[in-house]
Amino acid sequence: MARMKFLCDAERCIECNGCVTACKNTNEVPWGVNRRRVVTMNDGVPGERSISVACMHCSDAPCMAVCPVDCFYKTEEGVVLHDKDLCIGCGYCFYACPFGAPQFPQAGAFGLRGKMDKCTFCAGGPEKDNSAEEFSKYGENRLAMGKLPACAEMCSTKALLGGDGDIIADIYRQRVLTRGKGSEVWGWGTAYGPGQKPPAAQPKS
Amino acid sequence: MRTLIVGLAAIVALGLAGCGEQPQVVQYKQGKYQGKPDAKPWDSPEFGGKQADWERAINTRAQHQNEYARTGPSGR
Repeated sequence: MARMKFLCDAERCIECNGCVTACKNTNEVPWGVNRRRVVTMNDGVPGERSISVACMHCSDAPCMAVCPVDCFYKTEEGVVLHDKDLCIGCGYCFYACPFGAPQFPQAGAFGLRGKMDKCTFCAGGPEKDNSAEEFSKYGENRLAMGKLPACAEMCSTKALLGGDGDIIADIYRQRVLTRGKGSEVWGWGTAYGPGQKPPAAQPKS
Repeated sequence: MRTLIVGLAAIVALGLAGCGEQPQVVQYKQGKYQGKPDAKPWDSPEFGGKQADWERAINTRAQHQNEYARTGPSGR
């Protein structure tokens, strides 16, 4: 078994935020915490691209390396999880993470930080599977039900793929080979015929 | 006199209560996960500990994300 991974296809993402909503709803994530969000580059400029970002469940996770209380662990299927009973909310993982995945709910007055919260790949945490305690701390454990993360399964354009790394890489490879590259992706040739493809517009720097 | 004895006994009892305090801080071993163990996803009632069944279910589910496999070739 390979490792569980997310893969976001920027050519397909339409910035609908369906993944964000699915995550929020499935895991009942508190206000102010975004386990997943959609980032758009060159917003409003022709050729803008969006990608959905959350914890990428790194093979060599920097958050695990910097945690002073070693509350992180990696499951056999490659999902990076943590024990909220150990977390002290120091925020080191937030500084170490290249994706800004760790989130900290406000736990009191004056911006007091609570325990870290992040995407669990819908795999819950170190509590009894699908118990009320696991749900309140970590959210739904869909993997234990044989399901994939809600964000990937909810994605309307299937831009966000989730699952075994080998399988989603195969899906993405087939997709890229089928749709071609450059203006072919947008169906220019289909609409205007071959030989009339203009060069792709470059965003102004 | 009786009140004094009861009062003194209460003070002694409260004072000694601190001696029975258990350490509440986790003893950290650097570089080792100190938290609670987590169950495997295939240990759920749906799969009854059968890893192969779970992997098959997850991989089938992952293939549902591939619309080329679901709907066949595009006809181009």
